[in-house]
Formats: sequence, C-alpha cells, structure tokens
Amino acid sequence: MTADIQYKIKKETRLRAGHHFVYALLRALSVVVLITIAVFFLMRLVPGDPAVMVLGEHADEAEIQKLREQLMLNEPLSKQFAAFLGNIFLHFDTGDSIKYGVSSRDLVLQYAPVTLALVAYASVITVISAVILAFLAATHKDSLIDHAIRVIPAFTQGMPVFWIGLILISVFAVNLGWFPVGGVGSGMGGFWHSLTLPAVTIALGQIPSLVRSLREQLLEIMDADFVLTLRAAKIPESVIFRKHIFKNAFVPTLMLFSVNLSYMIGGTLIIERVFAVRGMGKLLFDAISNRDFPLVQAVTLYCAVFVVLISLITELIAAKADPRMRQKEKSFGNNAG
Amino acid sequence: MKPILEVKNLNVDLKLGKNISKIVRDSSFEVYPGECLGILGESGSGKSMTVKSILGLLDGHFTVSGEARFNGRDLLLEKGETLRRMRGKEISMVLQNPMTCFDPLFRIGDQIRETFRTHTELGRKEIYGRSIEILELMRIRNPEEVMRKYPHQLSGGMLQRVMIGIAVAMQPSLIIADEPTTAIDAITQKEILDEFIRIKGEYNTAMIFISHDLGAISRVADRIIVMNKGRVVDRGTFRQIVDEAKDPYTRLLIEKRKAVMGQYVRVLGNKEVEYA
Repeated sequence: MTADIQYKIKKETRLRAGHHFVYALLRALSVVVLITIAVFFLMRLVPGDPAVMVLGEHADEAEIQKLREQLMLNEPLSKQFAAFLGNIFLHFDTGDSIKYGVSSRDLVLQYAPVTLALVAYASVITVISAVILAFLAATHKDSLIDHAIRVIPAFTQGMPVFWIGLILISVFAVNLGWFPVGGVGSGMGGFWHSLTLPAVTIALGQIPSLVRSLREQLLEIMDADFVLTLRAAKIPESVIFRKHIFKNAFVPTLMLFSVNLSYMIGGTLIIERVFAVRGMGKLLFDAISNRDFPLVQAVTLYCAVFVVLISLITELIAAKADPRMRQKEKSFGNNAG
Repeated sequence: MKPILEVKNLNVDLKLGKNISKIVRDSSFEVYPGECLGILGESGSGKSMTVKSILGLLDGHFTVSGEARFNGRDLLLEKGETLRRMRGKEISMVLQNPMTCFDPLFRIGDQIRETFRTHTELGRKEIYGRSIEILELMRIRNPEEVMRKYPHQLSGGMLQRVMIGIAVAMQPSLIIADEPTTAIDAITQKEILDEFIRIKGEYNTAMIFISHDLGAISRVADRIIVMNKGRVVDRGTFRQIVDEAKDPYTRLLIEKRKAVMGQYVRVLGNKEVEYA
C-alpha cells in the first residue's frame, strides 16, 4: 500500500544540534569581522586629517606630524589595516587612547562593569514587569485592566528617556530623597541602590513594546488549537498554562528581548549621563568630544561584540527550547503528505 | 435503548459589546451507544459550536442554554472540574487540523504520556508500553521512532492517526471528531476515515462526526443531522437525506453533490459510482 511512502518519517529534516551550534557561531563570527572592518574605516571616513581634527586648526605642525605618526596615518592603508587587525586579534585593543595615553582596551574594561550592571539591572526589571503585565492583560483581555496596561505605558514610551530620567530624579531623589541624585554608591548595597533610578528609567522605555508583543503572543497561544486539544483532553488548566502556554510564549519573548537589548545599550549610554554614572556612556562621550579615535573604536567594537554575543546566546537558548529552530528552514513545507 | 448523549433545545449566543448573535438555535439531537451521528453543514453553520458548547470549551463571551445529558447528567450544569474530569476519560475529541493540535515544543511520546498521566495511575514504563500499543493499533509502523519525534517532523495524516490513537486510548464512551479529515490530503483522508470506521466496529464507541463533506459523512455516519444557520434543519439516515430531504438547503447540498457525481459518472463511462 501507499502507507510506506505516506508515513515515512521525514528523515532529511534531522539536523544534529552540534551542527546548529557551529552555524550560529560562524554567523556571529562573520558579524564580528564585518564590525571590525567598519570600525576601522570609521576613522578614515572623517573628512580631512584626523590628526588636525584632534589637535585643532591652529595646532603646531610638529605636533600634528607626531600624532599622524602615532596613529600610523603616514603609512599606506593596507599596512594600517594590517596593524589594526593584528592589534585586535593579538591584544583585543584598538591602540592607546589619545586623551588618556593608556590602552583603550583597559579603559573599556575599567568602565564596562558599571554599564553591564546597569543593563542587567534594567533587564531584570523590564522582563519581570513585562511578563507580569502581559500576563494580566492577556488573562483579562478587553477588560479595564487590559486597556490600562496597554495605554498607560505608551506615555513613557512617547517621552525621550532622558526626560523620564529627569522626572524620576526630581520626584524620587530631590523631593522624596529615596535615591541619590546621581553617581554610584559605595559597597554592594549602595552600588545597586544608586543604580535603581537609572535602571528604572531604562526599563520604562523598554516595557511598553515588550508588554504589547508578549500580550499578543500569549493571546495567540492561549487560542491555539493545541491548547483546545489539551483542554478537551482534560489536562489540568495549571499544567496547560505552566507547561505549554508559558513555554511557547518564552521563545518569541526571548527573541524580542534580545533585539530590544541592543537598543537598550544605546539608551543606557545616554541615561548614564543623566545620572552621572561613570560607565561606558561617559567614556564614549569623552572620547567623541575629544576626537579620541582609538577609544571611540574600542567602545564601538566592544559594545558591538557584546550585542553579537547576546544574540548568539539567545539563538542557542531558543534552539534548545524550540525543536523547529534546530532545523534548516527549507526542510519545512510538504505538510500534507 | 437509552441515548448516551441527549441534547435538548441547545442555544448558544455570542455577545460582543452590544451585539448578540445567535450561533446555535434550539438544536436537539441524541447519540446512542455504538452509533455514529454525522453533523453535516457548511462552515459557520454552528456545527463546531454545538459540540464545543457541550464540552464547555467556549469562553466567557458565549452564553449556553438548554440541556445536554451525558449518561443522564446534564453537562451544561457541571462546573469546571467535574466536567473536566469527565472529558478526556469519557468523552474525547479529535480536532480538524492535526498539524496545529500538538504542542510544537514537545515530543509525540511526551504528549501521549501527558494524557495517560492525567487519566490513569500507570507508571512510566507501563505508559510507554501502552503508548506503543496505541501507535501500533493506529497502524503506525515505527512507533518507537515516532514517539521521539516532534510534531513538525511528522505528516498531517500521521499526526491525525496519533490524535485518534490518543482519543481512543482512554476507551471513552463518546468520541467527537470535528472535521477530522478536512485539513488532510485526499488519499490520507480515506485512510483516516477507514480508521474511524474500524474504531466504530471494534470498540462499539458512540461517535459524533462533524463534516461539511457529504461523501465523508456518508461512509461513517449511521444517522445524519443537517445544520444550517445554527438550526438543525434535517435528520435521518443517509439514504433518507439523499432521497427525501425536507429542507430546501439540504436539497441544494444534495443536488450539488449529485451534479458533481454525475460528471464523474459521465467521465468514467457510466460505471457504478458510489457516494464516496
């Protein structure tokens, strides 16, 4: 009979998890290589002589020559590029900072922890509140709670982040005195306490979009055929929710969050300025205003690598959670047979 | 003989804002043990809503009134847990699209096990053995391999077999199949239909078979009710429906079907063609 052909399992769709990991790693690596190239040409795209830009129009000719020497601007482009790549691959560095006179890498590594802590803190606040709000909105669909959850956060999304930051400072720091106005506190408790307002500010910008899409996801999954099947088979409602709905909503939420995270890092750099937190934001602003090219390159490169790393990790977690992500896309289709 | 399911004056209203639409109106029918009742009708005629309301699968926007006695107990009066306990073990359901009826994140074996775990006291090993039995019963060739598969790795026909297997596994007294062959390609449709006929013959389980396909329903159902715009407009055996339909809508359905069959007959050179 046709049964043999009909019901033969689609073997070609199988792809070992190891292969998937290798592909993801290669993709991430190629992105890093492209970013490295882009960062190199960043400096060459500036019109005019970078050395003049750094030292100013009226700088001494000898000074300018010295800086050109230091930045290797007198060498041919290929040689410059080779040196740049060599420096990155051997030392993970982009050269000494012009302003500080020390390795750009060391500066980044010195300023990064505060920023990372801030991003992590803001992520925790964002995810926890977004999940709770989206869950409330989805389970009370079209009720007052649902409308409130969807409309109110849009206000904070419409405002620039620094403005929200200033409002929070004036209310919670200046008037209520619950938090410091700015800076980073000492000791473990003081450190996290002082980061609370900036983290909340960043989170407020992220929560609305995350809540909206997560709510949609939840509603879609709660309405899915397999949930109806589980209900019809009398699987307890709590199991359906914890095991099936939650897990199905988890993957898309994670993907969305990882995309948002890259915007979040951009936002964090600005928010650090508002709250006078000495992190990567301060470093980047200093570097840009001083035309400190090697330092700008280092900050850009390290931020970019961080984002790539996050999306790589996300992809791997998603593949672990969702078997469909472990497959090559072309082997879908042919559903009916 | 007492009917296993007796539905009387079932009404389902959908309330959206200030609009109330009547989805099912005054429907009454009964299903006897070992019998297959076919519910025939176009999409939107209220067939699915009828069974979903009986099983309490509709959300708060719907109001259900009337009576649905299952073994003497009114299902519409049973609240949450009782109804839930009864479903799955005594009544099981097979839905239209097998491709979307399994949770994509879990292996087939896990999903079969979940049903066993909720309804029986069996241990892990016993459940595994029973699962294999079910798949073999549904004539799936390599059950062990299928158990390890994720839903997207199997074909629609295969998934529907597994689904029917799960529905039969609990030895329910009533199986409700809501358009179980609609989303499946033609060749597999026939095989899935055969599966239903076989189950009916072997287990003597009562069945409600919902379809818009006259051909499919004629092969499985002992009696048929025809639904149109939320009402039961015709009832009887397949022959009665074909030969002496009272309702103009039913006659239209039959006419169209006959016209299609007529074409077949002409093309195939007047050979005997049955309604299948």
